[in-house]
Amino acid sequence: MTGPLLEIEGLQKHFGGVVATDQVSLGVMRGEIHALIGPNGAGKTTLIAQISGSLAPDAGRILFGGADITRQPQHTRVAGGLARSYQITSIFKRFSVTQNLALAVQARSGTSFRFWQPVARETALEDEARAIAAQVGLGERVDAIAGSLAHAEQRSLEVGLALATNPKLLLLDEPMAGMGPDESQRMIGLIQALREKVSVLLVEHDMDAVFRLADRISVLVNGAIIATGTPDEIRVNPEVKRAYLGDEVSA
Amino acid sequence: MNRALVFGVLVLAVAFPLAMRSLDQVYYVTMASRFLIYALAATSLNLVLGYGGMISFGHAAFVGAGAYTASVMIVEGLPSAWLAWPLAMAVSGLLALAIGAISLRTRGVYFIMITLAFAQMIYYLTISMKAYGGDEGLTLTQRATVGFGLDLKDDITFYYVVLAILVAAVYLISRLVDARFGRVIQAIRENETRMEAIGYPAFRYKLAAFALAGALGGLAGALLANQNSYVNPGILHWTESGKLMIMVILGGVGQLYGGIIGAIGLLGLEELLANHKIGWLAAIYPNYQQHSLLAVGLALLAVVLYAPQGIAGLFSRRGRK
Amino acid sequence: MSFTLILEQSLNGLQFGLMLFLLAAGLTLVFGIMDMINLAHGSLYMIGAFLAATLVQATGSFTLGVLLAIPAAAVVGMALEITILRTLYARDHLSQVLATFALILIINEVVRMIWGSDMPLSAPEALSGPVQLVPGMPYSAYRLLIIGVGLAVAVLLYFVVTKTRIGMLVRAGASNREMALAMGVNIKRLFTLVFGFGAALCAIAGAMLGPIFAVQVGMGENILILAFVVIVIGGIGSIRGALVGSILVGMVDTMGRAFMPALLREVLTPAFASAAGPAIASILIYVLMAGVLFWRPQGLFPARG
Repeated sequence: MTGPLLEIEGLQKHFGGVVATDQVSLGVMRGEIHALIGPNGAGKTTLIAQISGSLAPDAGRILFGGADITRQPQHTRVAGGLARSYQITSIFKRFSVTQNLALAVQARSGTSFRFWQPVARETALEDEARAIAAQVGLGERVDAIAGSLAHAEQRSLEVGLALATNPKLLLLDEPMAGMGPDESQRMIGLIQALREKVSVLLVEHDMDAVFRLADRISVLVNGAIIATGTPDEIRVNPEVKRAYLGDEVSA
Repeated sequence: MNRALVFGVLVLAVAFPLAMRSLDQVYYVTMASRFLIYALAATSLNLVLGYGGMISFGHAAFVGAGAYTASVMIVEGLPSAWLAWPLAMAVSGLLALAIGAISLRTRGVYFIMITLAFAQMIYYLTISMKAYGGDEGLTLTQRATVGFGLDLKDDITFYYVVLAILVAAVYLISRLVDARFGRVIQAIRENETRMEAIGYPAFRYKLAAFALAGALGGLAGALLANQNSYVNPGILHWTESGKLMIMVILGGVGQLYGGIIGAIGLLGLEELLANHKIGWLAAIYPNYQQHSLLAVGLALLAVVLYAPQGIAGLFSRRGRK
Repeated sequence: MSFTLILEQSLNGLQFGLMLFLLAAGLTLVFGIMDMINLAHGSLYMIGAFLAATLVQATGSFTLGVLLAIPAAAVVGMALEITILRTLYARDHLSQVLATFALILIINEVVRMIWGSDMPLSAPEALSGPVQLVPGMPYSAYRLLIIGVGLAVAVLLYFVVTKTRIGMLVRAGASNREMALAMGVNIKRLFTLVFGFGAALCAIAGAMLGPIFAVQVGMGENILILAFVVIVIGGIGSIRGALVGSILVGMVDTMGRAFMPALLREVLTPAFASAAGPAIASILIYVLMAGVLFWRPQGLFPARG
């Protein structure tokens, strides 16, 4: 199935006098890994926040699967299959890995207004949580308290939480942030494996990862998209070179 | 805390009035009832404060609303507890629903302050209810009736009713915090942003917990009014909300028995200092009994500064080692 | 409702609002700079009033007594900051609320031990009578003095906060603590100083209002809540917000109490109006605060970006 899963039209966001998002239009196709790159402060995280629904844009539209979700609250978008991960790890530190992931599974499997049956006895939630833990490489660490995990493991859980919502589109905000080379390789493998079922909008500074994974790349500078294209097109785009990539690509 | 200990404490609580009656010290049963009622109020606050992480500075409003509802029912000639107490819970619960619906839109300090402001409103409303005593308060001619041959005028019977309600409420909360709902509100306390991002409308869960705690607070209020056969606006004063918070902190935030330990600890300390002359203290400062709140303040300060997990926290930390 | 009555009540509202401002200014700075909820702020107000009463008695002069009480209260405030409150800055709001609540209890009892439950403090003889402000409208000379003092302190505060180096640091701290730290400010000393300053303002308010209300244990508790309402309405950390909020709360509260019963009588039965009037009047400011927070959750003048 092809065609755009996510369409953004003329998105605008100001903070006081500062333009954070400047007439951004962007599409993510079904089954596509679309990378969003740009220098620090370009407004990538702000854009993710607007797409995911935690920040309201000043103007513009966001369409998901053809439906206008610009005014939908975040939890409704998540239920509809639009989930994000965070650049700065945001997990439930005092909960175990399984409990973390089971929470995300619970959110989409029936009401949580249940006051009597112990959630710990809901094996269906636990089983699914363990499966996701294994998928993100935490199969050995399911009973560990999330706050006690190593940095790279917390990053995996971070992505796992988004994955556990069973999304159609994943917004990954710098999933490799702070990871070593081996760990990055594993994350790249994970994202590769996801492309079968999930579309991805990937914000990432690791250019090696971006150019290996992305079907298309959009470049965001000062809140505006200056170019969108295949990795090869972006590599040779003079404007992109000038504004941002420069020596990083040639290196 | 382990089951054997809880069971042992429960046996003691059941045997207590019988022992006091044989010692001819029924006064202590009345006192214990008051402790247990505050334990219920503090436990209900612990649900929002401890498990939900919502620092509500207006819980006395819900206790007070329940107390007034139960009192007005008696004054108006409808003393049945089966009618008055659920109504008290409903009134307080709905009040909490309304106050929470507005307050929970704010964050941090603003939430603390807006809950306080709403509680002040209710406080002044009760002062203005001239038909029900205004700031003089309302004296009840009788306690509620429960049927089954039980007479709440009897202090020992009343104690057992209070104990049964407290046990039921604590059991309910123990189920709730381990159920789906409980895990959700604790996760919201831990990381609300992420809960939204994995698909939870956090506001609804917080509001539900807030309303439920309000209803339980209202039940405590209804019991308190019956215990004292009297109610006045003082029960809604902001310092009462502060006292309930103290109990929760003292006992242990987000600990199942925190509210009970805290209420008994604080009221016990007050009682000890105010009504029992302690030789060595009197030797240092003869008039110390007039200043019992000083010791309460010092104890509280010490707990906040040196034992932030509360008394229950001290136990559970030791237990884990 | 005659014009003179409205004028008189406006002056009362202004007078109360300005005194609230003295409390709220210190509170909002402590709140804004140290991110600290200090419920014991009302206790400093009480201490200020008791000190003033004592010193007025000792010196036989109202002016001298009050002037001496101000630095004395500042010393008490700074001592409190250095011994206890300082350790609370890094703690969460819940701990701060409880620790300073404990301080209220402690200070109440200590004051009771030293002074007893209350102290006499009356306005100076020369100002005890009324003055004719406009023909046919006598107004308390002492209340006029309070308005004068309040305005003078407000102007002084404005000058200190906007024109002096220390004021600049304070403002920087209120809007961005990291920046103040980065500028190499001796933040510890600045905090102590701000606290002492806040306590001095409390003492002025306590001493000036003492003759009107009463100098007694617990006097700080209700006005503290009003001061919190003020800074929440005004926006935490904002001096301008505190001023606007104070005048707003002072006016609404005073006017509500004066005119609400009469207004209600126009639309409701007299019996109901006289019962509901005072109640509605006393909750007006809380309605105001809830309304402000509903539409502007950060208050009218948010200090932080």
